[in-house]
Amino acid sequence: MVNWSGTALHVVSGKGGAGKTTVAAALAMNLARDGKRTLLMEVEGRQGIAQLFDTAPLPYEERRIAIAPGDGEVWALAVDADEALVDYLATFYNLGRAGSALRKMGAIDFATTLAPGLRDVLLTGKACELVRRKTKRADNAYDAIVIDAPPTGRIEQFLNVTSQVSALAKTGPIHRHAEMVMGVIGSPQTAVHLVTLLEEMPVQETIDGIAQLRAAELPVGAIFINMVRDALLDEKQMTKVRKGTLGIKKLSDIAVAAGIHQAPSVLAVALLQEAHDHVDRSDLEARESQRIDELDLPTISLPLISRGIDLGSLYLLADAMFEQGVR
Amino acid sequence: MNNINAPQLYLDDVVLNPEIHIVVCTGSGGVGKTTTAAAIALRAAEHGRKVCVLTIDPARRLAQALGIEHLDNTPRAVEGIQGSGSLDAMMLDMKRTFDEVVEGHSDPERAQQILNNPFYQSLSSSFAGTQEYMAMEKLGQLHAQAQADGRWDLIVVDTPPSRSALDFLDAPARLGSFLDGKFIRILSAPARGAGRGIGKIAAMGFGFFTSALSKILGSQVLNDVGAFVAAIDSTFGGFRERADATYALLKDSHTSFIVIAAPEADAIREASFFVERLNSDHMPLAGLVLNRVTEVTMPEVTREQALAAAQELAAGDAASKFTAALLELHAQRVSQAERQLEFAHRFTSAHPGIRVTTVRALAQDVHDLDGLREIGTLLTA
Repeated sequence: MVNWSGTALHVVSGKGGAGKTTVAAALAMNLARDGKRTLLMEVEGRQGIAQLFDTAPLPYEERRIAIAPGDGEVWALAVDADEALVDYLATFYNLGRAGSALRKMGAIDFATTLAPGLRDVLLTGKACELVRRKTKRADNAYDAIVIDAPPTGRIEQFLNVTSQVSALAKTGPIHRHAEMVMGVIGSPQTAVHLVTLLEEMPVQETIDGIAQLRAAELPVGAIFINMVRDALLDEKQMTKVRKGTLGIKKLSDIAVAAGIHQAPSVLAVALLQEAHDHVDRSDLEARESQRIDELDLPTISLPLISRGIDLGSLYLLADAMFEQGVR
Repeated sequence: MNNINAPQLYLDDVVLNPEIHIVVCTGSGGVGKTTTAAAIALRAAEHGRKVCVLTIDPARRLAQALGIEHLDNTPRAVEGIQGSGSLDAMMLDMKRTFDEVVEGHSDPERAQQILNNPFYQSLSSSFAGTQEYMAMEKLGQLHAQAQADGRWDLIVVDTPPSRSALDFLDAPARLGSFLDGKFIRILSAPARGAGRGIGKIAAMGFGFFTSALSKILGSQVLNDVGAFVAAIDSTFGGFRERADATYALLKDSHTSFIVIAAPEADAIREASFFVERLNSDHMPLAGLVLNRVTEVTMPEVTREQALAAAQELAAGDAASKFTAALLELHAQRVSQAERQLEFAHRFTSAHPGIRVTTVRALAQDVHDLDGLREIGTLLTA
């Protein structure tokens, strides 16, 4: 059981190619179950959410994009740093139209370029503002917000906004804004999850990422192990493959008798090769799985969806999370 | 050899061709870009070329295999190279590279002033694009050294794992125009004798612009920026020129690009995008390396046939069950290969004529030079 009812902000990171966006979307779907309302937020301008849900590119505006099991709602928002800055100026300095003028001049792009930390503060700031709607019990509050965040290599920097900003501005409004953001991100209201595959490099990156997050005292949530394959061979069968005592000749004869059109000798070579590859891979996965266990964090396994990810598979993955007690 | 209806890419024709002096490996993150760069560099070296490989962010074990786990921003000889060639490897230290550019273009006192500036420190360690820019800067430096003293005749460069694999093409120009741009001129105006080059912006309210910026960033930041710009003024022209020179180097006929992908939706989409961009920029593309391809040892036994037989055997004795499991494994593998083929076809039908080579999926990551050699062989098979 992984009870996240006290968690308002879920930050999903992971190695590129491990399925960060998919996992974030499925998590938003799962947490919206039974009449709840969640927001899936994108911060890197990739429009990955729109692709996943097969909709037109998302604007800088909250939109409902899917219905979760039991009349829940999943909303989505693509946050853009420039828009968020105009937003910020309008909210805090009554600079509404002037903000747009600055934007037309390219000044906003300039400002976010000038202070790279500013970009991240604005993006995370937007998420924190949405989280605070819940505290204020606003009508349009979300039960949970899920960010499809930058990859593991950049996540600590992305979240650790005060250290980024204080390198630049030791006082001033943006500094105060960053401290407000840190008040949400550094608290138990937030959980940072990492998505990994059972392969050497992604697991190593996950281990390094967790160490970084812990060092920065950011709240670590769970590890999502994505694209887990079914175990087609049991332990006994795998041992036989390793020892070479599976009696491949006999098994090939059985296969031919069952209707496989192939010379038994050719079949034996091919099946044996495939069995060895499978066992090698399983052994590697077991080793990597062991390394993840050593992190002593909740882990959630998600099955490989071999036909490719579409809206339907998000429901499947959300169900897999639910079955493993993610609430 | 590939089986995806595309002309075969022979990488030996690229990396062993004495006319090719620079090979750029690019593609989205997690497709084996750095490993591919290291493998072809090793292969070229062991076929007699004098090679330098510039990696950006190698996995620890690959760095160990190359003996470059300590970051010192200098190419070091890789031990254990066979044959008459040589292989040097280095890992990019972007801050160090930026510092060197500053030091190379200013007198020591002024350089120190710049290096100590808080804005410079932020720019050199976290400006979006600094890594890309510095990778290209380093490539330019290595190339210049190769031309001058002949230490290398081939430089293989890996590209940074940025949000978009294309960033390294744009970053130099972007940083150049940023440092050269009108806004930064305005900010530095007080320190430079006000007024110059403001023009249109002044009409819109110079005071408004700076006051808005100082509201957002705080006035200390603006002071730091002003001081930085004033201090680095003499090297400004240098930034633009260097960016232009690097861009020209990439377009040169002695350069060759290799796009790397894995047979997955995202990686293929990025690869297509990248090929289009290289074409529109007239960059010399060698072709596509498709990594991690699932091999099917026995394609004549179809997925349907294997599954039908497996179903029939599933209820039998232990040996029948075992056979059923092996047939299911085969079916799984066939469908995985078919799916990969579909992704590959998305690429080849959008880009007919682009040369492709495929590399089968390996069980383990590379740990040593032998592992790299094996990949080099697979890449050029």
